[in-house]
Amino acid sequence: MRERDHQSMSTSVNGGGRATQVTKLDRVVIRFAGDSGDGMQLTGDRFTSEAAAFGNDLATLPNFPAEIRAPAGTLPGVSSFQIHFADYDILTPGDRPDVLVAMNPAALKANIGELPVGGMLIVNTDEFSKRNLTKVGYDADPLEDDSLSNFQVHRVAMATLTQGALADTGLSKKDAERCKNMFALGLLSWMYHRPSEGTERFLREKFARKPDIAEANILAFRAGWNYGETTEAFAVTYEVPPAEFPPGTYRQITGNAALAYGIVAAGQCSKLPVLLGAYPITPASDILHELSKHKNFGITTVQAEDEIAGIGAALGASYGGSLGVTTTSGPGIALKSETIGLAVMAELPLLIIDVQRGGPSTGLPTKTEQADLLLAMFGRNGESPVPIVAPNSPGDCFDAVIDATRIALKYRTPVMLLSDGAIANGSEPWLIPRAENLPDLSVTFASEPNALDGSDEHWPYVRDTETLAREWAIPGTPGLQHRIGGLEKADGKGSISYDPDNHDRMVRLRQAKIDGIDVPDLVVEDPSGDARVLVLGWGSSYGPIGAGCRRVRAEGMAIAQAHLRHLNPFPANLGEVLNRYDRVVVPEMNMGQLALLLRGKYLVDVRSYTKVAGLPFKAEELQHVFTEHVEGVRA
Amino acid sequence: MTAVDLGLPSLGGLDLVPTDDAPQKAKDFKSDQEVRWCPGCGDYVVLNAMQSFLPSLGLKRENIVFISGIGCSSRFPYYMNTYGMHSIHGRAPAIATGLAVSRPDLSVWVVTGDGDALSIGGNHLIHALRRNVNLKILLFNNRIYGLTKGQYSPTSETGKLTKSTPMGSLDHPFNPLSLAIGAEATFVARTLDNDRAQLTSILTAAAQHRGSALVEIYQNCPIFNDGAFDVLKEPGEKEQRLIPLEEGKPIRFGPESEFGVVRTDFGGFEVAKVSEVGEDRVVVHDPTINDPSYAFALSRLSTQDLAHTVTGVYRNVQRPTYDDQARQQVAAAAETKPPNLQALLNGNDTWTVG
Ligand code: SF4
Repeated sequence: MRERDHQSMSTSVNGGGRATQVTKLDRVVIRFAGDSGDGMQLTGDRFTSEAAAFGNDLATLPNFPAEIRAPAGTLPGVSSFQIHFADYDILTPGDRPDVLVAMNPAALKANIGELPVGGMLIVNTDEFSKRNLTKVGYDADPLEDDSLSNFQVHRVAMATLTQGALADTGLSKKDAERCKNMFALGLLSWMYHRPSEGTERFLREKFARKPDIAEANILAFRAGWNYGETTEAFAVTYEVPPAEFPPGTYRQITGNAALAYGIVAAGQCSKLPVLLGAYPITPASDILHELSKHKNFGITTVQAEDEIAGIGAALGASYGGSLGVTTTSGPGIALKSETIGLAVMAELPLLIIDVQRGGPSTGLPTKTEQADLLLAMFGRNGESPVPIVAPNSPGDCFDAVIDATRIALKYRTPVMLLSDGAIANGSEPWLIPRAENLPDLSVTFASEPNALDGSDEHWPYVRDTETLAREWAIPGTPGLQHRIGGLEKADGKGSISYDPDNHDRMVRLRQAKIDGIDVPDLVVEDPSGDARVLVLGWGSSYGPIGAGCRRVRAEGMAIAQAHLRHLNPFPANLGEVLNRYDRVVVPEMNMGQLALLLRGKYLVDVRSYTKVAGLPFKAEELQHVFTEHVEGVRA
Repeated sequence: MTAVDLGLPSLGGLDLVPTDDAPQKAKDFKSDQEVRWCPGCGDYVVLNAMQSFLPSLGLKRENIVFISGIGCSSRFPYYMNTYGMHSIHGRAPAIATGLAVSRPDLSVWVVTGDGDALSIGGNHLIHALRRNVNLKILLFNNRIYGLTKGQYSPTSETGKLTKSTPMGSLDHPFNPLSLAIGAEATFVARTLDNDRAQLTSILTAAAQHRGSALVEIYQNCPIFNDGAFDVLKEPGEKEQRLIPLEEGKPIRFGPESEFGVVRTDFGGFEVAKVSEVGEDRVVVHDPTINDPSYAFALSRLSTQDLAHTVTGVYRNVQRPTYDDQARQQVAAAAETKPPNLQALLNGNDTWTVG
């Protein structure tokens, strides 16, 4: 079931003086699940930081409802956070938890189906009242009957124990009870030998203005730790040794934070002021939040009246010589389409970030999906080509922004960056780039008239012969006054033109410019060199596809993997790569959008594997799919 | 949440825009594009007035930008030898906001119409006004859709017979100035396409205002709504109907100045015969009154049947502008925390391998 599966055991004596057995594991998946009000995201975040500080490789998957507070104790109100950490490089947040922490009956019911037989379940028994059980449809208390007999169940009265530990603090019972998530974190931190200083420091900083709450949380955390150490309930603790990383300085990062830092860095690398025009939307708002903290880098954030105004302000700033950026999710792209078309026509640089979520319409705001590819590709009136760049992991978002900015500035075009909900909120260790090694993206604004008839005018649609980009002549430049806009323009001179031949030429020039963007060749990973099946993906499914391929290879079969960073234009060698294999499998979290593009462009009958469940692929699921294809080709 | 008081603007509308010492002429502002409005269109008059007025500002031509949406009047930028963008329907205020925020050295003008500004772009208009972005918005109101060949617009009078309303339009029209004042615009004015002197003086005041200025211009469309404002232009009629505003003067009109604007018991304004109510009761116009109810009450004197129409500067007050404040925040942030990209990327929690 696992990407790798070996464990060793040894016995040692813990600080508490009680002999506990220590089991060495190479990887563990823990899922914290509770009510939306139970602080599971914070608990997960903290455990993640501990794992990062310890030196494990890790990947996380937060999963929470769209409602801010769904009714307490109900199934729709369940919020969970899964972390996968290991002593080697891992690719996904894990298919299924090895350990499930369930803070209430709803969390148990919603998640128990994914706990494998023999898995560990740690339950907060205090919430298992008749009323709470009935609320989620349990006729009988699952802790009392034998329905959980396949699991190692630990029943812990977390709320009571937390309240007991905080009895002397003077905190109300209710406030004390709210610290039970830190009790759970303390218990798990003990069980997995995690460092605890970081969490205590974090709590002191987070509640700096309320020192009594900070102390209460720290007490609860220690109470959980001590509970593990001193009670006989837990006979085994686990060690997951640090992973081996390439040398360098690391931090933990989420996709949205990496996008925000990428935008800051893009501004610095291009030496341009940045203007972000955005309207709040899940799951992209955190980029706006993060950027609004970094105005010191010459970043202006405009929280606009709507999605259209957000991109409008960004385009206006681009026209004035800034790096215009807009961030949104699918429904926002739908609203921005007309302005993207204007940017295509005006040939101005613009960075458009779509953090995809489940659709159509409002869809699943907090869940992930890759179903905006064709929207990005074609979702505008007329022939309106837009380059598309997709990051493949949270940390990769940084590089993707730098690359998208490079294209936007060099080719004077709007560029679409397709992230998604899984990348946005998921996190991983990130090898921090050295600022001095980032590329130089500086631009040259037009300063001299460029009219092809030798007059002293500026012709806005005179193009660079190599890139086909037009000049960027910003207002304030003497002598270069000119007018641009959404109407078709005469090639070169740029006056309004309804001439049929001119329109045909301009349509083709705009297309040729995008087709000619320089993107690196696709790299194929095929360790044995014998693969006859290629798996081709894009975006956030990189991790699960990679993990699936590793599993197939571990079974002795050959399979090749390649992942597209550039979806428009495609890498120049893509056609050749596709034709090299007997079969090409394309897994996507949509109904086969990349597959459609590949079939249309390369006439290759790729095999589409699709799932649109709002959750990332599981490695095991893809392993089965890939194995079938490998065997299918052999047969 | 703590709010930071950034104080009132101490600048004029054009103080950050570089000036040109060389004398300018109207023709310097004419582009080489052939003007393609219908013969007799009111847009010509406004274009000429603008080209003649701009030299008086003495700004560098390259620091003036016209941004328009879609509609007949939105072709305006093509005819100006300045920078310009003919954008998409209704969105000019949003695009201009991004430009004005990022470029304090530009004088940014928005050219829009009744359909563009009040129908498809209504949202952007009110938000630009409430934010008080340093933009000058010229709203050409011809009470019809011209470019799409004659459908009723959000300012068409109720019951209007058009191609899309053969049995008469049902919509109650906007009073654009009531809308703007409701959005707490800091500068609001109205004029007519044929009153060049008033148009020019309003454009001057708008340009010098720091913040959003909305100037509504009643503009005749001879093709689809000819004579819409004739009653405000014909001698004998216009004196009965036009109520011109002048700062510091009692609001009086009529062939013999026999009418005046007086307060009602409910705090609004109405028209009365001065001889009947007495001169003392006539309101003395003060566009600098901060409370928008004053200008709003003035705007309510204008009715859709044009029985009365108030022209001139209704409101001209000071409020911090969005763009000045946005730039101030960026500058203050850079001063308190000089940018250090590596420190940002590192964050507070790092670990080192090897
Ligand atoms: S249709 Fe009317 S508004 Fe448009 S250009 Fe012709 S006259 Fe002017």
